Amino acid sequence: MSLEVLAVDDSRTMRDMLNLALSSAGFTAHLAEDGVHGLEVLEDIEPDVIITDINMPRMDGFGFIDAVRSEEKWSRIPILVLTTESADELKAKARAAGATGWIVKPFDPAKLVKALQMVAG
Amino acid sequence: MSDPMAEIRASFFIECEELLESLQDGLQMMDDGDTDSETINVVFRAVHSIKGGAGAFGLDDLVRFAHRFETAMDEVRTGRFVPDAEAIRLFFACADILGDLVRAARDEETVSEDITGPALEKIDVLVGLEEEEEEALDFTPATLSFDLDVGGDLGGLPNLPDLPDLSTFPTAFETEDEITDLSPVGGAKGFQVIFKPEDSLYASGNEPLYLFRALRDLGDISVVCKCGALPELDHLNPDTGYLSWMVTVHTEEAELSVREVFEFVDGLCLLEISPLSGPAPTALPELTPAVSAPVIPPEPEQAAPTPLVPSHPILPPLADIEMPNAPAAPVVKSAPIASVSDDAEDEFSLSSPNATSGPTKTTGTPTQPRATVRVDLERIDRLVNLVGELVINQAMLSQSVAEAGLPPNSPVSTGLEEFLQLTRDIQESVMMIRAQPIKSLFQRMGRIVRESSASVGKEVRLHTDGENTEVDKTVIERLADPLTHMIRNAVDHGLESPEVRLAAGKPREGHVTLTAQHRSGRIVIEVADDGAGINRERVKEKAIEKGLVPADAQLSDSDIDNLLFLPGFSTASAISNLSGRGVGMDVVRSSIQSLGGRINITSQEGKGTTFSISLPLTLAVLDGMVVRVADETLVVPLNAILETLTLTDGDLKALGPETHVVQIRGGFVPLLDLGAELGYRSPLDSYVGGIVLLIGQEDGNRAALAVDAIEDQRQVVIKGLEGSYGRVPGIAAATILGDGQIALILDPMDLVSQASGRTKIRQPQHSLVG
Repeated sequence: MSLEVLAVDDSRTMRDMLNLALSSAGFTAHLAEDGVHGLEVLEDIEPDVIITDINMPRMDGFGFIDAVRSEEKWSRIPILVLTTESADELKAKARAAGATGWIVKPFDPAKLVKALQMVAG
Repeated sequence: MSDPMAEIRASFFIECEELLESLQDGLQMMDDGDTDSETINVVFRAVHSIKGGAGAFGLDDLVRFAHRFETAMDEVRTGRFVPDAEAIRLFFACADILGDLVRAARDEETVSEDITGPALEKIDVLVGLEEEEEEALDFTPATLSFDLDVGGDLGGLPNLPDLPDLSTFPTAFETEDEITDLSPVGGAKGFQVIFKPEDSLYASGNEPLYLFRALRDLGDISVVCKCGALPELDHLNPDTGYLSWMVTVHTEEAELSVREVFEFVDGLCLLEISPLSGPAPTALPELTPAVSAPVIPPEPEQAAPTPLVPSHPILPPLADIEMPNAPAAPVVKSAPIASVSDDAEDEFSLSSPNATSGPTKTTGTPTQPRATVRVDLERIDRLVNLVGELVINQAMLSQSVAEAGLPPNSPVSTGLEEFLQLTRDIQESVMMIRAQPIKSLFQRMGRIVRESSASVGKEVRLHTDGENTEVDKTVIERLADPLTHMIRNAVDHGLESPEVRLAAGKPREGHVTLTAQHRSGRIVIEVADDGAGINRERVKEKAIEKGLVPADAQLSDSDIDNLLFLPGFSTASAISNLSGRGVGMDVVRSSIQSLGGRINITSQEGKGTTFSISLPLTLAVLDGMVVRVADETLVVPLNAILETLTLTDGDLKALGPETHVVQIRGGFVPLLDLGAELGYRSPLDSYVGGIVLLIGQEDGNRAALAVDAIEDQRQVVIKGLEGSYGRVPGIAAATILGDGQIALILDPMDLVSQASGRTKIRQPQHSLVG
């Protein structure tokens, strides 16, 4: 199934990689540089799933998830958090913020695709 | 373009340089007393992003170092550790090493552990972290491989067959025969999963349906839904999940694989996984559902007309549910469900997996961040060359038009005027592509200051100004070595030790200031220290001792300062081993000259020394004055000319048979006959009535160049001579004029210093400089 994915990460390299992994899997990737940009992109598209980094300028991942979840029309979009830490604390924080799941960086493209399918079909 | 990963890798290293720049900036701000959390975050993020990317490319050394550095910065970020000046110095050192590691990774080299190890130990001790065990590194680098065959194999993940969508919902309950086929044979391998979501599972955006699909990737599954907890519709709370499932998975995989499927929902559900030991159970074991009765009292309003709008948690999973041995799960016949399923169809579509491809969605071009294009430098250079040709072509055209004798207001002339302006605009725009802020170079100097001051036991602070000044990329690259040497010199020779400074009433900490600015069409870069200034006595002594100047030489302060640039002059032996690395200031000067630049020193005893480098903005085109001397056409860079004069008898003073000075507004300026200097002719007997170009030097001294005629003032394209002829004293380059003629472009400062070098330093009795 082809998914539309919004990927939010301040690192250009990470965006490039997500773009490559997603498009290689036949998904459509929309990219944003930080939370603020992510929300702007969300105004134009309605992704099946969102992937977001945590540490970002302007609006970090937690702020972004909060903002997405508090908007009725986006509140049910699955959100995966990209993190270099698999620390339980961070996962708990991500979950508390309303994330659906997480992907540990560096991500294996196959696992990324699998995780996306796990939360968005 | 063939290997996207190689491209991303290349782009990663470019991004790293940017991140290293922000890292340096952030640390500098912290060093200047900025404790703003965003500043610390910038530093943290820079290290973090480098680590993240490095991990993806399997750059283990880089990852390991960045991880520890990041951990330390996290301590700062969370306020558990408040860095003092010493800590920030260490962070700077780590940032430098991080830069080394990045570049080593880029060039496929390694950085010795002798460098990284001690820094890491120090940082761990400093922020009070135990040295982490390798195993404890909660970050496993893995090299990525992408299968780019779009639509093909998903990197090892089998393509999922299309699952029945909601329209086939009823048929899911009619597949008893098929289901029977899935029943385990004998003691089949697999697991029985009992899964009861809590409400929070749905709130987090998770979907049981997708979990079951993921389970199906492991092997055949059969799913039994238990809906016994479903209340009557009137009592149904849309925010409560009432369903639980029993899934039988027939798989060869280990239990861990099954658990992995539930990774995201761990803690958000009741989950029991047990190995299959025999035939699949025919009845769902009695769960103890968290919700066995309506939580919310049965208020009529809540059971009202559209109870299912947010009710998605309950129903969509059913779409994919297959029900073996149906009796245990009486969903289909259950009155509550049956009564709502039709009404709810529209609402279902809101939350179904396909719902998001509804009409409001904009599919098509993905949204991309800010548009930038990376272009091969060669292509830009080709463009620069073409623009050069265009400038020449335009000059030729202008000349033809002028020769045709057309009136100035003719359409051709006005059109040409516009063409001229456009050519200039194009040329400037193209040069801007090559220009970049000098900041990256300045930041590298920060490290030089830190390292060199540490090695000679001085306390030095670097200030930079004008780091956004844009300079041609090639110039920046070629400035690195000379600038490094000058900075080392400033720290080593320029600044005094802390004790000496204190004794002289100065602050312990020495200052080196690096500035860049545009000044009349050139870039001026200054390296200034607030040290003791040049000890001229000593410099002169040394020069005499080395036979560079005669013992009786009469030298001005500026002359003495400029002795430092003579080949063979070095005071390094006397002072330290830092700057004396086999490179003298003469090499610095020739590097600067090869860029079409000049270097100059000013120094004040007790106050400090300033080295000033002046460079052309571009290495491709210059504004020149076309002059004629002894029937030769020459170009003099316009920015070197202060003014032009016609000499009268009273202006000239003869100091000897071939030595004249020109009196200009009360001052005397040496006269150089360009024709004679370049060997085109013998010196003239008289220069009265002749034209001179007044040339200004960086040190403020001036000289007058005698020429026969001024022809034109125009932009010329620089065609280097060095490739063919090596460096020619007094000549900067050549150009092609509008008539196709080749003309030499002079380096007037060099010409003047050649001349004054001949007449002054080696023959000081003929000193010309007034």
